[in-house]
Amino acid sequence: MLKEYDIIVVGGGHAGCEAAAAAANLGSSVLLITMNMNTIANMSCNPAMGGVAKGQIVREIDAMGGYSGIISDKTAIQFRMLNLSKGPAMWSPRVQSDRWLFAQEWRLMLEQTPNIDFWQDTVTEITTVKHKVTGVKTSLGMNVRSKSVVLTNGTFLNGLMHVGQKNFGGGRAGERNSTGITEQLKQLGFLDGRMKTGTPPRVDARSLDFTKMEEQKGDEFPSKFSFSDTKPLKDQRSCHITYTNQNVHDILASGLDRSPMFSGTIKGTGPRYCPSIEDKIVRFAERERHQIFVEPEGWDTVEIYVNGFSTSLPMDVQFAAIKQISGFENVKLFRPGYAIEYDYFPPTQLKHTLETKLVDNLYFAGQINGTTGYEEAGGQGLMAGINASLKVQEKQPLILGRDQAYIGVLIDDLITKGTDEPYRMFTSRAEYRILLRQDNADTRLTRLSHEIGLASSERLEALDHKEKTTEDILKHLNRTSIDPKDVNEFLKASGTSEINQKVKLSSIISRPQVTLNSVIKGLPKEKKTLSTFPQDCIEQAEIKIKYRGYIDREREMANKLNRLEDVKIKPHFDYHKLTSVSAEAREKLSKIRPNTIGQASRISGVSPSDVSVLLIHFGR
Amino acid sequence: MIHSSDTICALSTPSGSGAIGVIRLSGSKAVAIANSIFEGKNLEQQKGQTLHFGKITNGEEVIDEVLISLFKGPNSYTGEDTIEISCHGSSYILSKVLELLLEKGANLAKPGEFTMRSFMNGKMDLAQAEAVGDLIAAESKAAHGLALNQMRGGFSKKIADLRHELIQFTALIELELDFAEEDVEFANRSDLKDLVNNLVDMINGLLNSFATGNVMKNGIPVAIVGQPNVGKSTLLNALLNEDKAIVSEIAGTTRDSIEDEVKIGGIAFRFIDTAGIRETTDIVEKIGIQRTFQMIEKANVVLYLVDVVLDTKEEIHQVIADIQSKLEGGEKQLIVLANKADKGGFDLSEIPEEFSSKFPDGIEPIYLSALKKLRLEKLTTTLEEIAKTTLNNGSDVVVSNLRHYEALKSAGNALNRVQNGLDTNITGDFLAMDIRQSLHFLGEITGTIEIDRDILGTIFSQFCIGK
Repeated sequence: MLKEYDIIVVGGGHAGCEAAAAAANLGSSVLLITMNMNTIANMSCNPAMGGVAKGQIVREIDAMGGYSGIISDKTAIQFRMLNLSKGPAMWSPRVQSDRWLFAQEWRLMLEQTPNIDFWQDTVTEITTVKHKVTGVKTSLGMNVRSKSVVLTNGTFLNGLMHVGQKNFGGGRAGERNSTGITEQLKQLGFLDGRMKTGTPPRVDARSLDFTKMEEQKGDEFPSKFSFSDTKPLKDQRSCHITYTNQNVHDILASGLDRSPMFSGTIKGTGPRYCPSIEDKIVRFAERERHQIFVEPEGWDTVEIYVNGFSTSLPMDVQFAAIKQISGFENVKLFRPGYAIEYDYFPPTQLKHTLETKLVDNLYFAGQINGTTGYEEAGGQGLMAGINASLKVQEKQPLILGRDQAYIGVLIDDLITKGTDEPYRMFTSRAEYRILLRQDNADTRLTRLSHEIGLASSERLEALDHKEKTTEDILKHLNRTSIDPKDVNEFLKASGTSEINQKVKLSSIISRPQVTLNSVIKGLPKEKKTLSTFPQDCIEQAEIKIKYRGYIDREREMANKLNRLEDVKIKPHFDYHKLTSVSAEAREKLSKIRPNTIGQASRISGVSPSDVSVLLIHFGR
Repeated sequence: MIHSSDTICALSTPSGSGAIGVIRLSGSKAVAIANSIFEGKNLEQQKGQTLHFGKITNGEEVIDEVLISLFKGPNSYTGEDTIEISCHGSSYILSKVLELLLEKGANLAKPGEFTMRSFMNGKMDLAQAEAVGDLIAAESKAAHGLALNQMRGGFSKKIADLRHELIQFTALIELELDFAEEDVEFANRSDLKDLVNNLVDMINGLLNSFATGNVMKNGIPVAIVGQPNVGKSTLLNALLNEDKAIVSEIAGTTRDSIEDEVKIGGIAFRFIDTAGIRETTDIVEKIGIQRTFQMIEKANVVLYLVDVVLDTKEEIHQVIADIQSKLEGGEKQLIVLANKADKGGFDLSEIPEEFSSKFPDGIEPIYLSALKKLRLEKLTTTLEEIAKTTLNNGSDVVVSNLRHYEALKSAGNALNRVQNGLDTNITGDFLAMDIRQSLHFLGEITGTIEIDRDILGTIFSQFCIGK
């Protein structure tokens, strides 16, 4: 009934959508199979995109020609650049999204992308011949053939939801789960595991007293995610901050005996950095209060996401406890919080392309790999879609290095180290974070992506223009000398020392107290030329002047360690012959089969002396 | 490729004459090769860990009567089949036996190859292998003790402690960076500064111990200085018992510094003979004199040699004052030697007033005769005393491996940048960059490079994170 496709994407979440879009844009014929066409790109958790480290990933997806950035810009209700008081590597864009618009925009974008077909159904089996994918079977009895399959099942594989002592199968509130795939993959030889995550209750904004909370507004001059021509926000909605208190904690504690978390009903591992409220009061009993973010779910809806109050306690406890929060005295709940357990497949079973080691042309992306977060899922989906497509077209894979992208760090971490809790990106996971900034994601990635045919020529031209203009600004700043009498007043006002002889304008910019924009404002003579340059180029020039030393040093360090990435390990090497390597390392190396010594050195349990032995064997 | 089936052999005892010389043979063919030149038993039918008496022959004549120790792998030093042939210690015999082994298919081992094989076959880890290298090179008792201590991991422990403190520190900084939105308290910069200062002090302490470690490995540097022709080279020769320094009656002959090592009481001393101290217009000699003062700076002990007959009181006072000004800091020791004290027929049992009055108060010279080797033992006992105090300077951990030293130095440099960063209020991301570098270098010593898991683990266990 259906034709043979190049690529079938199973699942229509953030990973599945990016995978389908990337593969289709690379010219592959794509079938997106989702259990429910109405929940494509649904935000199951909080209505927000970006944040520290995650915002960088969205910028990277955008720089490569993925859609997450554009859709986030189009559906944002609030924009904030986090961490502006820190160095540029920490600046992190984040938006609050209109949950409905977000899903709608994604669906429309996919509908408008040539080469994507849709089918609403549940995949129950991956068909294979000799450990190579041939297609999928569905619960409606369809047998669809394809060259590749990308699995992005999210929390739906054997999903089990918990509210107090009650638990029921489901993939998300109000939606069925998916069974069969895990069992079949296990038969094919895959190892599986169980993870847990949770969400807070949703409440009615009309029942809250916002005067008792702190308002958190969007940025005065909002920026945006996409390097393309999306528009920054004009109007914004505010979030609010309130706090739990001892009464809330007491009520929560009274329900702990009926908590599925503490009674042992939940077996999956939850993330330590996203604990439920009951977890917080137990593990950090000494804290008198915990922060609660009151986030609107859209422009018009009254539904509110109570961020920070994730819980799977029984409903009566949830109702009683949440009422004790300041501003929530008369709260009306829309939906209770719940925890969900789901199957994942330890990602050490994957290659850098996200293709499985066991079955050719089968790719995994998103929560099925043990990650959490829309951005992490989107980044993996993009790379799985790209690499599935490149393989079908018999082209070289695209693998991003740890010094090239957070997406590179993410995938390398997953397949090299695995994860024993839902994996979220942090900037501290990136050893070269000074290089992996949100402002230069286009410089890092757009050319690479254009080369394989994904990022458009418009994007490349925009990048070329941005880089050329930045060079022009730098040249101008390095050429222009500035006279003490013209600048000293400005320097004094900026709180920095005056000069006694002519200096180059660039040397003034290098001072921490001076910015290019303050020069434009404070030095009328310089305003004329400088104010003609676009803001993103001004920012690039400034970063290059102020942080060059750090950036160069980090680059040097990266190049030094990259030499280990050049030493290849034979694919079928028998590590058990290496008796000088510790038993633990031998075990891990045999399991993970790193491609290079660099990757081997990042496997936990492989010590530097083990690495020395490998170096003796391979190449040195 | 190290993992070869090559069988290697080498002389395992020092070359030169000794009562016994041991030739070691290791590899899959070790037993077969040994058997092909051995008369007495069929070695290939013997069990491992056994001793066998017999003769080594080249087929025509007997070369030596030997004792063979047979080890079957993996229960041997290298983990391979190993034969040790204890021969009589004549260089002729030893080289004949080695030649025979090479003829029968063994290869001559490269330096350190036995240890390398031992390492490759999982008999020891890298740090141990390095320490074994030091152990073999350790010629004096003190160096031997140091190498043993390192094998037991005392050094790693101290570095690991240091690293742990640093991880705590980094966790605080990372908390600020990755969880800026969270309701967490941030690192107090002045507390951080104290911590970094402590760490820098610790690292500097370890780096300074490198000097001690170096002394143990390379010997205590001793500079010999004095007026031209006072007998410095003669003294050195007397101590060395050989004629390495040029000794002549022409003042100023020794233009360059010459070093040699003498072991006294199990401790190595590196004697540096220097050009004489005197005013000169000869350019070559001028350089030599400059070098004399450089040598004084490098040395732990300065021997000032006085011609007790010819040198005047004024000269002696002047030179002692000069040297003492170079010895600022007090760690270095000055020993004044009153040489040629035998001239004039004294037997050195009583020191005449005309000699002792030449020295300033507080200076107790050792009266001796380098030429006649009289009372040299007074000097050697003093040197031994000094060595003992140098080596027991209270530092329980001594850094002696150059690789470790470099890693510590790099860690220290990175931490200095952190100190500067804290002083100039740079943001946490740049502080973290240097902290991570120092963690990386410390990890090179302890063998734990992975950082982020430790940092995140610390954060999650100590702070309530997450919306």
